Amino acid sequence: MNSFAERFSTTSATAQMRIAQAAAADEEEFDGAMWGSDAGFGSLAKGVPSFSVPAVADPTSFLRLHTDDHADPNCRIKIKHGTTTLAFRFQGGVIVAVDSRATAGSYIASGTVKKVIEINPYLLGTMAGGAADCQYWETYLGMHCRLHELRNRERISVSAASKYLSNLVYGYKGMGLSMGTMICGWDKTGPAVFYVDSDGTRLKGDLFSVGSGSTHAYGVLDQGYRWDLTDEEAQELGRRSIYAAGHRDAYSGNTCNLYHVKEDGWKFIGNYDISQMHYDGPGDVPGAPGGGYGYDIRVEGRNSSNPPAVAAAA
Amino acid sequence: MPNMISLAQPQQRQFNPYTENGGTILAIAGADFSVIAGDTRQSEGYSIQTRYAPKVFRLTDKAVLAVNGFAADGNMFVKKVRQRLEWYRHAHAKDMPLRAIARLIQTMLYARRFFPFYVYNILGGIEEDGTGAVYSFDPVGSYEREACRAAGAAQSLVQPFLDNQIYFKNQTPAPGTSHPVHLPLSTVLALVIDSFTSATERHIEVGDGLEMYVVLSKGSTAFQSLGAIHGIQELTATEDGERVFVIRRELKKD
Repeated sequence: MNSFAERFSTTSATAQMRIAQAAAADEEEFDGAMWGSDAGFGSLAKGVPSFSVPAVADPTSFLRLHTDDHADPNCRIKIKHGTTTLAFRFQGGVIVAVDSRATAGSYIASGTVKKVIEINPYLLGTMAGGAADCQYWETYLGMHCRLHELRNRERISVSAASKYLSNLVYGYKGMGLSMGTMICGWDKTGPAVFYVDSDGTRLKGDLFSVGSGSTHAYGVLDQGYRWDLTDEEAQELGRRSIYAAGHRDAYSGNTCNLYHVKEDGWKFIGNYDISQMHYDGPGDVPGAPGGGYGYDIRVEGRNSSNPPAVAAAA
Repeated sequence: MPNMISLAQPQQRQFNPYTENGGTILAIAGADFSVIAGDTRQSEGYSIQTRYAPKVFRLTDKAVLAVNGFAADGNMFVKKVRQRLEWYRHAHAKDMPLRAIARLIQTMLYARRFFPFYVYNILGGIEEDGTGAVYSFDPVGSYEREACRAAGAAQSLVQPFLDNQIYFKNQTPAPGTSHPVHLPLSTVLALVIDSFTSATERHIEVGDGLEMYVVLSKGSTAFQSLGAIHGIQELTATEDGERVFVIRRELKKD
């Protein structure tokens, strides 16, 4: 506790000493800036990124006026939105599954978005809300997780990493950041999933789904979820849930990216086309039932317009 | 004083620093080359401001940046990227690798998260492993590496065409055959020209001129199968590395 106070207090004797030393170091003959590009670190040379803000009375409403496409579809700057992401904890680790569609209004801006952000070999973050907000801050989180490793000679816990992100975005609350993310990984405590969003919410849990298609994904996920799922069953559940969301939510679709986090870090399982899953299934993968997921495909020859022979006779 | 009542109606003022200058940009990556193109018309509303305002810029011998949206923001952004690349050159005595330029552009755009550059960027060029690459950005810096991307006024006209011709979306190969993974430069240039002539026909903000930048990987023979291309101009600055060319074509001016 004492070392804690020394490290973080700004008024203790050691802290005063540290400030003096830092000031002396600044006077050093060759600092980074003399190398022209702040030694290649650019805008990050000072450690904390700095942001330009328009010189108006209310910068937040300025930003909302020009970028918020929910309130005004004619606004100029369209930030990519719309998603289905899910992650759940089970006996064999964590399954992370996401779709790959990005929409700007009703236009499909991209069908190949990577919504799982690989923070480091043990941590994954998911992307829902503003694509740039998630990409930028989760990359930034990755830098700080590495610094944590160097300072403390051990990997950061999922809990600490998610709290770092949550505190960070809370500092920008009300300024227009938009992100709903799940920080997933494996640490000393085992598999862990934390939900973090730009309102400052941070929740620990077994099972989350975020985005416009989350309700559809939850329907399938809740129904099939058990703690003692096998690896194959769990991967299939992730795929099947994203398929359901891609099928019913117009803002989700294209393909599903599937990751599995185990004790030795995350592994990319595969990329599955949602239309192909509808008609033919995900292909020859463990856990797949064989055949398409689509209702009309599954019940071929057993529906009202094409009933089975027995029913027709009766 | 009771007779000092103002008769003026309430007025509302807004800070509106953005405008839309039209035009379209496009980039396609090949196995060992990359093509980055843009039209040269600049307009505001229904009036054409100029018929030649470049939207595609050579950054280094292996990187070309296309910008679209608000022209003033675009030009200022390119200027700032070039400045950072020059600083990098002075610090490290080499050109910044393409994937590093992509990350640089992300941080530069995100630094303006609360006062965005109204610019859609497409970065094309050659990676350190010699492959052709295209990176596309949104105005606040989210980015992704892709094989092809159209942005700007006619993106919704051009992108579906590219999806069909480059990714072979909704095409089934004839039995016993398969779609090629990488297209040759001659095919790519033909697709770019067709994209822009078609967009010019159907979009009022596209036209006047077309600039196509071609970046070739070190030792690439992509040009040899082509024969002479009229009006081609080489912009390469350094010896025996990647090479940059620009090809200019006219588009309809009505």
